Amino acid sequence: MKYAFFPGCVSQGGAPELYPAARMVCDRLGIELEEIPGWTCTGAGVIQEKNQLFGDTLNARNFAKAERMGLPILTICSTCQGVMSQANHRMRNPEYLAEINSYLAEEGLEYSGNSEPKHLLWILIEDYGLDQLAPHITRQLTELKVAPFYGCYIVRPTEALDIAEHPERQQSLEMLIDALGATIIDFEGKTRCCGFPILTINERNSMAMVGKHTSEVKDLGADAMVTPCPLCHLNLDGFQPKAASQARRSIDLPILHMPQLIGLAMGMSPTELGLKKHIVSTGPLEVKVGGRR
Amino acid sequence: MDVTIRVKRQDPEATGERRLPHWQEYPVSIADNATVLDALIQIREDDDGTLALRCSCRSAICGSCAMRINGHAALACKTIANTVVQNGVITIEPAGVMPVIKDLVVNFDLFWEKIKQVDPYLKHIGQVPESEYVVSNEAMLHLSGVTACIMCGACVSDCTVLEVDPTFLGPAALAKAYRFTADPRDGDNQGVSTERLWALSEPSGIWDCTRCNECVQVCPKGVAPMDRIMAMREQAIQAGYANNNGARHTDAFTESVGHSGRLDELRLPIKSVGMMNLPALMGYMPVALRALRRGKMPPIAHKNVENVEAVRRLFQKMEPEPAPPQVSTNSPFG
Repeated sequence: MKYAFFPGCVSQGGAPELYPAARMVCDRLGIELEEIPGWTCTGAGVIQEKNQLFGDTLNARNFAKAERMGLPILTICSTCQGVMSQANHRMRNPEYLAEINSYLAEEGLEYSGNSEPKHLLWILIEDYGLDQLAPHITRQLTELKVAPFYGCYIVRPTEALDIAEHPERQQSLEMLIDALGATIIDFEGKTRCCGFPILTINERNSMAMVGKHTSEVKDLGADAMVTPCPLCHLNLDGFQPKAASQARRSIDLPILHMPQLIGLAMGMSPTELGLKKHIVSTGPLEVKVGGRR
Repeated sequence: MDVTIRVKRQDPEATGERRLPHWQEYPVSIADNATVLDALIQIREDDDGTLALRCSCRSAICGSCAMRINGHAALACKTIANTVVQNGVITIEPAGVMPVIKDLVVNFDLFWEKIKQVDPYLKHIGQVPESEYVVSNEAMLHLSGVTACIMCGACVSDCTVLEVDPTFLGPAALAKAYRFTADPRDGDNQGVSTERLWALSEPSGIWDCTRCNECVQVCPKGVAPMDRIMAMREQAIQAGYANNNGARHTDAFTESVGHSGRLDELRLPIKSVGMMNLPALMGYMPVALRALRRGKMPPIAHKNVENVEAVRRLFQKMEPEPAPPQVSTNSPFG
């Protein structure tokens, strides 16, 4: 299995522990990743609110490059997934696609409109097969109670994400947690917003969202929350102390990147998975899974 | 079809346990093509006359029966029951955000207050035309996408911002505002609703939306409130109302990617809150220091992507010239 790898900015920026963890896990699973040369940001929905054409053209450029590699696209970011899917959805309009291709022509690129970028989460379920994970699982996670947190862009809007064709995508994270042998802590907020997009605009509201979700699952007895979205991770982990002080309570809920949870189940050490780089200590969780002696 | 309707009930005026939210299950036998509303009416008529719900037209026009079905807002009359059964159960809750009056009936005061706040009527500034306003078919067709709103409150129910902050104008009122900012008759003689866009750029307005897409997903009429909010952000920036964190964030983000191909995460928050905004910048210090201690700061030197010139050329071709900044001294809405 080989993919054109689209890591996204945050996996090498604000959440630098994600990139190596994802690479290591994919490598051990036999999923070969070849990074798209000179890939650009998807626009994260931010560029699109000001200049949709520019944002969509950037995505078409990445897709065209992957097509040239002859490989399907794999991403490790919910936000990138959503923005790529939405851009792709709009480019189903042949006139719009032609307009975008006219801009790409200068660089000698052309996008066919046929790419289907997929998050590693979907790939594990749809291409790899969750049952194929079993032989790689060496660490018992039964005692570990994990709450899913999707990130808005990988669940909505359903039309752009082809949910009608792939209804299992709406339960994908729970399916993965279950396949890894951990215990699912279900909660209503799992598909809600983490607050990251308004962090610099209305920090109070952003912190209220972090506080609400993390304290809710903490009170349900979760040991950790797992997310396929590094932007959610930035807010839920990096800003959790601030959210806790705004909520006037302690929370201390470790937030795991999805590949880190997979890696833990595969017996990798917390250190090599970058858990030491988290703001909220993962110590108690490490003790629980026996990763810390 | 036999199905269990699990309803979250509450009667704030009652005494005892019924006062608090609690679940009640109703096993019903309904036709295969019955709607969720059909099932609820059947329960009320045949099994339990105390179950309170609002409904009227039964054909997705009146907007009375928005409620949460399996956790997400929807019109009960537009939802075919057999499409939402999960393991023999359909879970029904009152709409969110708005306070419960009884069972599935919520108080809409907050909803209407927000609609009133955006002055939901045409406001022309300047010279009034001698005869009637002439508006193109195209402009009205575009507006029909927003005027399709039936004020059911589904978007307000599931708005992730209103859930934590009742001061936010919210998706319904903001979609209503767009109905005017995009109307060529509103605003100045060029159809630019400068006063509205100024007011909407204030806190609790267009920039407070998280872009979570919940409202787009749950709207039964395809109004896509969030997309309208994004369009108003563009309108506001174009009209020169860019002196706020939201507009600065969008500008800085676009510029960073337009110049280097990727996001400069270290400089983005600084540019968003403003270089001179020392209190806000100081507020980030503890977070930055914690990140630094853990070795997870974004790289100080931001690198360009391979063949960055191609990206810059795209950016130069597509990015419109910024409008001159607008200075407004007092609010047109008092």
